Amino acid sequence: MTTSPLFLPRDTLDAFLLALRDSGFERILGPMARDGAITMREIDTAADLPTGVGDRQHPGHYRLTETGHGRCFAWANGPQALKPLTFAPRETLWRCERDDDGRLAFRDAGLRHTPTAVIGVRACDLAALRIQERHFLGEPDPDPHYAARRDSLLLVAVHCSHPADTCFCASTGDGPKAESGFDIALSELDEGFVATAGTDRGQQILERLGLAPATMAQGEQADAEIEAAVRCQTRSLPGQNLKDALYARLEHPHWDDVGRRCLSCGNCTAVCPTCFCHAEQDEPVLDGGSSDHLRQWDSCFTAVHSYMGHFLVREETRLRYRQWLTHKLASWHEQYGRSGCVGCGRCIAWCPVGIDITAEVSALLGSGDAQS
Amino acid sequence: MHNPDRPFEVEVVERVEETPTIYTLHLRFTDPGIERSYRCQPGQFNMLYLYGVGEIPISIVSDPDSRGPVEHTIRSVGRVTRGMEMLRVGDRIGLRGPYGRGWPLQEAEGRDVVFVTGGLGCAPLVSLIRYVVERRERFGRIVILQGVKHSDDLIWRRQYERWQRLPDVQVLLASDVGGPNWPYSVGRVTVLFSQAAIDPDRSIVMLCGPEVMMKSSIERLLAIGVPPEVIWLSIERNMQCGIGHCGHCQLGPYFVCHDGPVFHYPALRPWLGVTGF
Repeated sequence: MTTSPLFLPRDTLDAFLLALRDSGFERILGPMARDGAITMREIDTAADLPTGVGDRQHPGHYRLTETGHGRCFAWANGPQALKPLTFAPRETLWRCERDDDGRLAFRDAGLRHTPTAVIGVRACDLAALRIQERHFLGEPDPDPHYAARRDSLLLVAVHCSHPADTCFCASTGDGPKAESGFDIALSELDEGFVATAGTDRGQQILERLGLAPATMAQGEQADAEIEAAVRCQTRSLPGQNLKDALYARLEHPHWDDVGRRCLSCGNCTAVCPTCFCHAEQDEPVLDGGSSDHLRQWDSCFTAVHSYMGHFLVREETRLRYRQWLTHKLASWHEQYGRSGCVGCGRCIAWCPVGIDITAEVSALLGSGDAQS
Repeated sequence: MHNPDRPFEVEVVERVEETPTIYTLHLRFTDPGIERSYRCQPGQFNMLYLYGVGEIPISIVSDPDSRGPVEHTIRSVGRVTRGMEMLRVGDRIGLRGPYGRGWPLQEAEGRDVVFVTGGLGCAPLVSLIRYVVERRERFGRIVILQGVKHSDDLIWRRQYERWQRLPDVQVLLASDVGGPNWPYSVGRVTVLFSQAAIDPDRSIVMLCGPEVMMKSSIERLLAIGVPPEVIWLSIERNMQCGIGHCGHCQLGPYFVCHDGPVFHYPALRPWLGVTGF
């Protein structure tokens, strides 16, 4: 569902936050300019939002800038947004307690999470969330930890009007407009926001505010800004399904080329909103009577990722990069029915050596060689 | 929602020293309800948990129809398996499973069954050989081709010798390095194909072992006219969750933990032997 657009004046943002709290979302996360980046943090009032803050992103480069105007969502995504909220970087899955006779008891970790509203979610991250939901919540073994975190969230999207140089969501079909998957979606204009609800609970929250309908002009301006955000994206992938093209190039010499530049640091996988690999490990508690079983984000760029007791499947960086790229853009289609790339461009901006997935794919495929 | 990651307590009821570095644990659930409801197929695996150390995937070697303990043959190679080596009867560990797809038992019925194994990766296949031998009337001829690196590596030697004496069973053994007590062939498992009596039209083939060994064995099989559709193989990868979530066992479009570990060869053909997958 998407309701007819309402207008939320800028000076009612605090009332909006209050309405979220009154609806049971005790914690509100929103974008804040912290540590030189846009990060999702707990906000108290609209004054915490990054008003007048923009960003400049290039391969291997991310800097905040001053925009000189009064908008607070005039930036492209920072290093992380939703993923850590649903797929925790590190969490306990269960605890094993051992008594004096050596008997073991396995106990589930708690699954209660504070109801949280997240403001400023981008279309690319909503697309990534749908992918991760399919991974973690699909049958036959849906993950209760992921489900509990996901269920605690209310999502307020803001359509993206300021893509970075690194963004290419238009070419993957995932943005810049948030089409679905949100409770409420906002378009930021100078004087306020055009708001629509995507769920009943989103609609109930908007109804509390007694908003007037957005004018035709406001709706048209919001659409025009999204259109402009599409046109300003210069990067793209040469198709939304590159499976056959990449499978046909598993021995292409360009893997050596990118393998020489790649540091195998794993930054791309840490910032990627769809990467789901994690390691499981045990951490004995100091009292000696119990041990926590944890999962922690892992990366296919580490050596141990492919460790098998007697050898590594992917000893060379070239093979790890090929594993990442062909999983993301090729085998992902077979596993999840679509590409694993949502065009957020984070892997480009946060790569220390500026490796650009769109450029690597172009080099592998050559010009005019892509699949549909 | 049930937590699919959480193990159940099992007790070591028997421990068999197979070689100085290989041991078999017989495990029984301490919860009788779980003990009664637990079912598995040859070729599937369990995640075994050593308190405070971690979990590892280990294939199941006991007969699926035996209502006794679940048996696992383990080689000490890493942190968890070395720790498990110290376990004694009465000790408790964790177990969850079974996971993955096992061997195609129904497809095998009525056919000659050819087993090709190499190195120490034989445990997933030995459980299947035992299964077939125990139900001899449901299968045709049995051909067992087993290769090891060193003649000392052949565990369960008596068992192979016992199988050798059964009617309509051909057992061929090869070791890269022979020795004074090695009356069998010397060389890779592929040297055995010239002696093996395989009817390509009646056989189903099950392979387990190093991927290069399986790849070269499959080439031999195809060369004698065995169709790719009757070839099945068990694959090993790093597995940490067992339920297709952690990503470590990815192999092309598959997660080995739930799409395998036993694969139909035609599905795996594009990926077998491609370095890095």
